[in-house]
Amino acid sequence: MDVRAQLSMQFNLDKCIGCHTCSVSCKNVWTTRQGAEYMWWNNVETKPGCGYPLTWEDQDRYRGGWELSGSSLRLKLLKGPGKLRTLANIFFQPNLPTIDDYYEPFTFDYDALFNAPAGDDQPVARPKSLITGEFMDKIVLGPNWDDDMGGSPLYASNDPNLKGLSSSQKELLTKFHKLFYFYFPRICNHCLNPGCVASCPSGALYKRGEDGIVLIDQDTCRAWRFCVSACPFKKPYYNWDTGKSEKCIFCYPRTETSQANACAHACTGRIRTVGVLLYDADRIEETAKNPDDRIVEAMREIILDPNDPKVIEAATKNGIEENWIKAAQNSPAYNLFKKWRIALPNHPEFRTVPMNFYIPPLSPILHQAKSDQGGTFDPETTDFFTDVDRMRIPVKFLANLLSAGNEGLVTESLKKQMAVRIYVRQQRVGDMGEAKVKAALSDVGLTETDAEDIYRLVTLGTFEERFVIPTTHREIKSTTDPRTMYEKRGIVGFGTKKKEFIGRQW
Amino acid sequence: MDNILFGAVPYIAITIAILGSIWRYNSNRFSWSSQSSQFLENKTLFFGSFPWHYGIILILLAHIVVIFVPSLMLKWNGSPGRLYAFELIGLALGFLALFGLLTLIYRRLSNTRVRAVTSSWDVLVLIILIIQVVTGLGNAILYKWGSNWYAASAVPWIWSIITLSPKTAYIANLPLITKIHIFNAMVFITFLPFTRFVHFLAIVGPLKYLFRSYQMVRWYSRSAKTENLRQYK
Repeated sequence: MDVRAQLSMQFNLDKCIGCHTCSVSCKNVWTTRQGAEYMWWNNVETKPGCGYPLTWEDQDRYRGGWELSGSSLRLKLLKGPGKLRTLANIFFQPNLPTIDDYYEPFTFDYDALFNAPAGDDQPVARPKSLITGEFMDKIVLGPNWDDDMGGSPLYASNDPNLKGLSSSQKELLTKFHKLFYFYFPRICNHCLNPGCVASCPSGALYKRGEDGIVLIDQDTCRAWRFCVSACPFKKPYYNWDTGKSEKCIFCYPRTETSQANACAHACTGRIRTVGVLLYDADRIEETAKNPDDRIVEAMREIILDPNDPKVIEAATKNGIEENWIKAAQNSPAYNLFKKWRIALPNHPEFRTVPMNFYIPPLSPILHQAKSDQGGTFDPETTDFFTDVDRMRIPVKFLANLLSAGNEGLVTESLKKQMAVRIYVRQQRVGDMGEAKVKAALSDVGLTETDAEDIYRLVTLGTFEERFVIPTTHREIKSTTDPRTMYEKRGIVGFGTKKKEFIGRQW
Repeated sequence: MDNILFGAVPYIAITIAILGSIWRYNSNRFSWSSQSSQFLENKTLFFGSFPWHYGIILILLAHIVVIFVPSLMLKWNGSPGRLYAFELIGLALGFLALFGLLTLIYRRLSNTRVRAVTSSWDVLVLIILIIQVVTGLGNAILYKWGSNWYAASAVPWIWSIITLSPKTAYIANLPLITKIHIFNAMVFITFLPFTRFVHFLAIVGPLKYLFRSYQMVRWYSRSAKTENLRQYK
């Protein structure tokens, strides 16, 4: 057993309102530089939708992630003679997205508004490309271009997650009164088996041993761009100006000092929690090799119980400090993903063993007025609180997104969320009946304490309860960086020592 | 004149290349990049980058291999059939590289996005490369058979440079176009550490990649040794 610690973020999709505050705070802190304008290390998508970059989940096109080849695990990018193919494609990568799959970064010609001579017409600010500096005819794409376009035949119907849905379920997309959509915030998953790290010919990408954050060493990156192709989540981005790739750094300068990540801290809906997981590094490969229907369970198995004395002993032996073990014991990540089993990973079938987890959203019961008028729901007689199958968002769609198509896991999570609601309603309103509460809880295997804890964490959780981030022990680091955070702003996470070197010089 | 151009300049070029590489690597490793522009334009690039790189790498490899085994080259060329085959392949690869390079130049000039990320260093790179490819092809077409006299006259000169006893007499009688080719090669070496040519020196990484394990982990809180690389599976 090789115990390591991993920082993990969880997203309660049931509460995400799609306000993009997370994206904006991330952008303001990290990606305002030239070449990075188009990057959104944190972005929020409308699902169903094409996402950013367009159809990133379509691995027939991008060939990101891993696949099983016989009994071994190999990068999907490496079709044919293994790693040699990587090098063969080093001069031109067939699977690399281009800036047109994201969007051409733009600004507006604001000067025209201020300096226009007096005239009969309103002056206009035309869009201007931030790459070429030339005027653009029109803006054709943006980072959240299909925001709220849940019913759009152009965007929503091209969502790769719609695969395997019945035609009546797909029909929901086109009928305005049946339409469904929800928001899906994404950051880098800081995977246990990252495709980006495995694909880098320069060895510039690495996972940090102490907290599992995946970073790109900016001094070692040589712009071979394989990380962009190999990551199935398309979270490494190529900086077209510096000729280096960049990615979400999990705000490590903040988490190292116990501060919450910029995106999570700014979240107005308080949908995000951050915590520590202990996992067994010896079993990563074995976990990633599990078949689709087993992979989420295998991921739960590789996460170790932080209260198990054996695990604590092995962790201590591996140099994991006491405050980290303590944080793991109070971890919302452990509770949501493993203990209560209500959070699920994003696309585990890509086999990168992603370490961010999502609580699938509940949605209104689908109905067309009363059942005697052909509807499926009668508000006067139907029990509002139990029927997960009749929710608007098809379970199959959520399963494609969050559990490798395993509908049972999604249903389990939704039913548990329902049970908690029934429990709390009985406490507050008292019209459910104790028997029903007991039945609902025992049906999904939750105790009253669990229900109380889930309710507390996802609704009332204080800052300290939502973000259990232990301080990193930088004092035992072999090299110390004397610069203050203020001096390092804008260059933290880039490996380079001098700020004036950011940007292209040669 | 020959003594300066082909006796002294090679040493200046090599010195600048070595010292320049060390200087840039130590002072500004962040700038060490191939500066790929595929992200901005990837349609024309396919017809430029693939032919260019595969053509030029094979030709360069042939140049380098023959430096070490000139006698093998001469022996191979002993039979006309083999000589024709070798020269024909070389010429084909040369034209492949030329086609690729012209495509890349066209792309750089015509695409506004690529032009936006073009520095004057990039223009210099293209000028050096086009001179090298055109003079190389000129040699091959005008003065037969290049593979023979490269092994017989240029290689001994290269060895005289390597062994620190430059003998320009070996190449004194070569045609002007060949001398331009050789001199331009030294200009190329001079500029290796500057410009985006550095990605040529970064091939060590990709070669190491073939043999390394997939995943890499770095620690900072352990001893100086493990601060570097620790790999798992």
